[in-house]
Order: sequence, then C-alpha cells, then structure tokens
Amino acid sequence: MKGKKAITKLVILLFSLVFVLAACSDDDASSDGDSKVIKFMHLWPEGSSKTHYEIVNGIIEDFETDNPGVKVDLEVLSNEQYKDKIQVLSTSDELPDVGMTWAAGYLEPYVNGNKFATLDDLLEGDLADSFVAGTAEAYALDGKTYGLPLELNIATIFYNKAIFEEYGLEAPETLEELEQVIETLNDNGVAPIALGNKDRWTGSLWYMYLADRIGGSDVLTKAIDRSGSFEDPALVQAAEEVQNLVEMDAFVKGFNGLADEEAKSMFMNEQAAMYLIATWDLPNYTTNEDVPQEFRDSVGYFHFPTVDGKGDMNSFVGGPGVGLFVAEDSDVKEEAKDFVSFFVQEWGEKSVTEAGVIPATKLDANSLELPQMYVDVLNDLNSASNLTLFADVQMSPDAAQVHLDMIQAIFGNEVTPEEFTKAHEDALSAEE
Amino acid sequence: MKSSDKRKGLILTSGRSFSISNDMGLNEMNKVMSNKWVITLYVLPALLLIAVLVFIPLILTGYYGLMDWDGVGEMNFIGLENYITAIQDMKFWDSAWHSFLLAIFSTISLVIYLAISLILASKIKGADFLRKIYLIPMLLSSVAIAQLWIKVFNPTNGMLNHILMVLGVENPPAWLADTSIVLFAIFVPILWQYAGFYILIYYAALKNIPESIIEAARIDGASPLQIAYRIKLPLIMGIVKVTIVLAVVGSLKYFDLIYVMTGGGPNGASEVMASYMYKLAFSSKDFGYGSAIGFLLLVITLIVTIVIRKITASKEEIQY
Repeated sequence: MKGKKAITKLVILLFSLVFVLAACSDDDASSDGDSKVIKFMHLWPEGSSKTHYEIVNGIIEDFETDNPGVKVDLEVLSNEQYKDKIQVLSTSDELPDVGMTWAAGYLEPYVNGNKFATLDDLLEGDLADSFVAGTAEAYALDGKTYGLPLELNIATIFYNKAIFEEYGLEAPETLEELEQVIETLNDNGVAPIALGNKDRWTGSLWYMYLADRIGGSDVLTKAIDRSGSFEDPALVQAAEEVQNLVEMDAFVKGFNGLADEEAKSMFMNEQAAMYLIATWDLPNYTTNEDVPQEFRDSVGYFHFPTVDGKGDMNSFVGGPGVGLFVAEDSDVKEEAKDFVSFFVQEWGEKSVTEAGVIPATKLDANSLELPQMYVDVLNDLNSASNLTLFADVQMSPDAAQVHLDMIQAIFGNEVTPEEFTKAHEDALSAEE
Repeated sequence: MKSSDKRKGLILTSGRSFSISNDMGLNEMNKVMSNKWVITLYVLPALLLIAVLVFIPLILTGYYGLMDWDGVGEMNFIGLENYITAIQDMKFWDSAWHSFLLAIFSTISLVIYLAISLILASKIKGADFLRKIYLIPMLLSSVAIAQLWIKVFNPTNGMLNHILMVLGVENPPAWLADTSIVLFAIFVPILWQYAGFYILIYYAALKNIPESIIEAARIDGASPLQIAYRIKLPLIMGIVKVTIVLAVVGSLKYFDLIYVMTGGGPNGASEVMASYMYKLAFSSKDFGYGSAIGFLLLVITLIVTIVIRKITASKEEIQY
C-alpha cells in the first residue's frame, strides 16, 4: 500500500514540476557568450513571397559573414499576422530588435509610445542621399526619422492590350475617353475594371486619383494634414465621379464583396480589361514564370487620365511600402542599426533584379538589365511631379478606418458625396 | 432492457478505470480525497490555468476599458467614458443586432438539427454514413470553410450564381457585396459549420434513451410522431436546453467566418460584436474602446445566458 501512496505523490510532484517549468520557460537572452543576437521579424513567408524570402536570407548570411560574433535570429509571419503580433509584442515591450513597419499614420502610436529608435544618424552617415526624395520622409515624425523604406510603389492602371485591340480601343487620356472605353466594353459583355473593394484601400486608389486630377495634387494631403478641408468642392466632385463610374457599371460585379486577390485573378484570367494597382504587381506582368507568357505580353499600363482637362498625369498616388525599424529598448541597438543599414544597401541592389521590387533607394535604370515595363516605371518615377502617399497611410489609424468604411459606402451608393466628405471632415477634425 | 444493462456496464468499467492504479480500493480512494491538501493539489493546476488564462484577462479587459489607450503608448485613465460612448454608438448596436439575429437563426436551426437527429437515430438505412457526412464541416477549420464559401458566393465565377443562371435567374445577386443580403448569406455557412456538432449531440442523447421505453410506447399503440414528441423529446430536454445556451452564446461571440469572408463589410453590413471589437482594437488602434466593447460583449452574453436559463428552467426533470 505504501508504494501506491508514493506513486500518487510522485504524480502530483511531476505535475507541479511541469507547471512550474512551463511558467518559467526561458526568455531567450539576446546575448549568449560573445556572440550577439539580433532578433529580426519580417513578413515575407517562403510560401507566398519566395524570392523576397530568399533575398532576405542571403542578406542575413552576408551580414553574418561580415560581422562575426553577430547572429540574426529570424521570425517570419504573413502580413496580417505580422501586424497583429507586432502590436501585441509592443504592448508587452518585447519588440524584435529589427522589424518592419509602415509609414506615417501607422508609425505614429509607436513613435508616441517611444518604441522605435530614431535612425537619422544612418541617414546622415552610411545612407546619406541614397533614398528617392519623399520616401524616407514618409517615416519621419516631428523631423525625426523612425523607419527606412525598402519599397516604392506607384499606382497605375494596368490594361489588357489584347482586349483593347479586339474592340478597337486605345489607352484613354481623359475621363471621358475612359468612360467611352467602359461603355464599349460593357456593350460587348466584357467587365471593364477589376476592383476588389472588400479590402477598401483598392477603392481608395480610385478616389484619390480622381481627387488629385480634379483638385490638384495637394488637395487631399492638405485636407488630411488639416491645412485644408475635406469639404473642398473638388473632394465632393471626386466622390460624385466615383458614383458615376459605379452607375455605369465600370467595376466588376459585386466588387464590394471581393478581395483584391479575387479581383486580380479576374484581371489575370482576362475576365476584366483594366485593373488599378500599384507597381508591386509588376512581376506578374513581366517576369513571373507562373503567369502565361501570352498574358504577360498583352499587359500594358497607362497613367490615370485627366478629368475635364484638369490634372497632371505625372502626379502619382503611391509611396513607400514597408520599411525597417529598430526597437528603442533593444539591447543590441548599435548592431541592429548596422544591420538595417547593411540590409537597405544590399536590398537596393538585389530586390529589383531578383524580386522585381522597386526599391526606395536610388537606382540607375540603365545599368541594370530589366524588362521594358520596369524601365518605363523607373523613368516615370524620375519624371514624377508629385507622389501622394496612400490616404489610409497618411491618416491616423482611427481616421483611416472612417475613410476606408466610407470608401465602401460611396462605392456601394449608400451615402451621398456630401455625407462622404462630411464623415471625413468630422473624423479628421476630431483629432486636431 | 439490454441496452440499459450495457450502459450500466459501461459506467462500471469507466468507474473502475478511474481508480486506475490496480487494487487501491474505493475506501483508500475516499481517504485520499478527503484530505484537504490533496484536494487543493489536484484542483490547483486547473484553477491556476483558468485564473491566469481566463479570469485575469477578463478583469483586465474591463480595466483597459476605462483607459484611453492606443495599445502601444501610455494609458490614460478616463473613467467610464468608453462605456458611455459605446452605449451611444449606433455602430455597436447595429453589430449587436446582427449578433442577436445570428443567435435567433441558430436557435431556430436547432429544430432542424433535432429533426434530422430523430430521423438518423430511428434506424434508417445509411444513418451511419449520413451522420458522418453531417459531421464533416466540423472537421474543417473556419478559415478553410470561409475560403470555400467565398468561392461559392463569388458573383461572377461562383458555383451558386452559376446554378442560378442555369436555372434562368438573369441577374443573380452579388451575395457578399449587397448590404441587404450579405448578413444572411454569411449565416448559411455559419449554421452549416455547426450543424454536425448539434446533430451529434442530439444523436447521442437520443441513442441513450432506453429501448424498452420506446417499445412499451409502441405496444401501447403510439405512432412514431407521438413517440418522438411525447417520449423522446421530453427525455432529452436537458440536452436541448444546453444546446440552446451553447448556440446563443456561440452566436453572440461569433467571429471567424465574418472576419475572413467580409471583415464586417460592406460598410458594416455584416459587422458583429466581436468583429467590431477587433476592428476598434487592432485596426483603429483604439485599444481602450475596443476593450470596453469586449467587456460589454461579455456582460451581454452573461445576461442573455441567465435569461435563457431562467426561461427554460423547469422544476422537475422528467424521468421514466
């Protein structure tokens, strides 16, 4: 009998041990012995962004060979999970030493919460004058820079030249011409424009361009930074034009319930003739071997047309995508900064040739062997008169949600243009 | 007779296996269990886990609801402001209404599940096979189900609209884009997803009814419908009540498919309480307000549960 009691006690002891051990699983130290460890999180998983993933691994390898004694500890998540995890980690002060962030509005709470380190010393040192104007600035708050951009994208309208040819259409230069194209396509039973407005920022691109053409390149930016007003007549008219387009069935059926991916697949399956998206999609139309050559050859792009003779076709909606940050309370801040600097430089060379990403660092298009569409886009960037940052990125997270919801509402004909602009004005002025 | 004997046998064997270790008799067992220290030791791990993982976060959520907090920076105490805003927030009440609609629909659908289980349990051919079919949706992850139904609902290439067009419907609706139908369109996969679960519960409960009672009723000349309504149903009433609570609570806090399929859109037309909470906390970066909504969600669910328990409470448990 005694034996049985011993067993019971042993079991109890084991259980308690398991819990105690589970409770104090080690907080892995950021430096073991001589070697320092930089924790790095990025959002390009091997499955969905293979080339990105491999470039990053290559950069890390090179960095580790150049810097003996420093190791990079990698964690990879997909976009949405990444956003969630970063937020949770930051509340518990466990941000990785180096990670990825978005510009402007996204950055704000992290900067205000003192989570990100300033990177101005890098911009004045190693990386002086290496970014395209306006890109690193998008990561600045109160004159200090908290992130270094990796990508630069501008939105343009991609179109299927084969479909256009079939119906004798040409790339439109004015909104009237675009509307004629839409009519012709609709008459022939071809869906004119692929739009996945479940994601909302996609519809925002259309609205932003219309606002840009009607009211000039700074009307939206001014309304957002409060030096102007969102009730500007141009912004109301842009909303009206959106509704005109919806009215004439310019967009694929049920666009408000479609994700961008679904819209993209309609364009790529030649079910829709046009698709407004940023240049991060360029590989699909140039180098991506998974896309049939015939389709890639038939894709062209044009700049967003002018409206009523107004607007500058060289003014673009776009901006830097993700950038790198260094955590303020990192134990290996110096090494982390070196890593960021190293990363940005090597990324600039590799990303465009290997992954087809347009980097935010300056680039000589002629020195590289690139598909024609890349050369065109890089030249467009050089001659761009203005770059307006995506509206939902410019705004604070709170106002951005109002903007995005309103975009769905205006496209769905649930609000009038006046209600649309008023909701924006209310949300933006509430934060002043 | 036979089956009830079998059941007793089952309980006995499981009772024996509980006292596992060999020949430690029941007396010994009782002695150990009456020792307060032992009880504490046995209960403590589970209690600690629940406290740390459930109750403390609950209290914290309520506490964060009192703060003005973006989830990253400093917290500022603002008293009940978030809760007051929430109560006046039409978007919150819209989403609450959508959650309630879901609760109503899932409760109604319980009747269908019960009917199906009654049929399945009454020894029809292929009952086993059918039961497995009904169970399959439960084995899929919510995200997979969402992806599946997104494809079914696709306005141009979706299966549903293809069928409708073949049947001669000229302009079938864009299910997930139309604000007046999106909510109901999404209810279909949600209800479908849990059908197997409830059918399984009812099926097991029905199988537990002693055959002798049914036989006696049959000999007395009761029709199958009468047997189902007067004998089987009252006998599994306890289970039915539990499933009502499960269905209602599950609906009120429902999140998965809505989040993946529409994200609460278009323009809030399919927003439910949990997705609204998520949006506020993670997209609008308004953690304080999001927490307040989360806490209200808890309070509402608690109240509804208590009300349901009150309504369905009956004094006597029916036994034959």
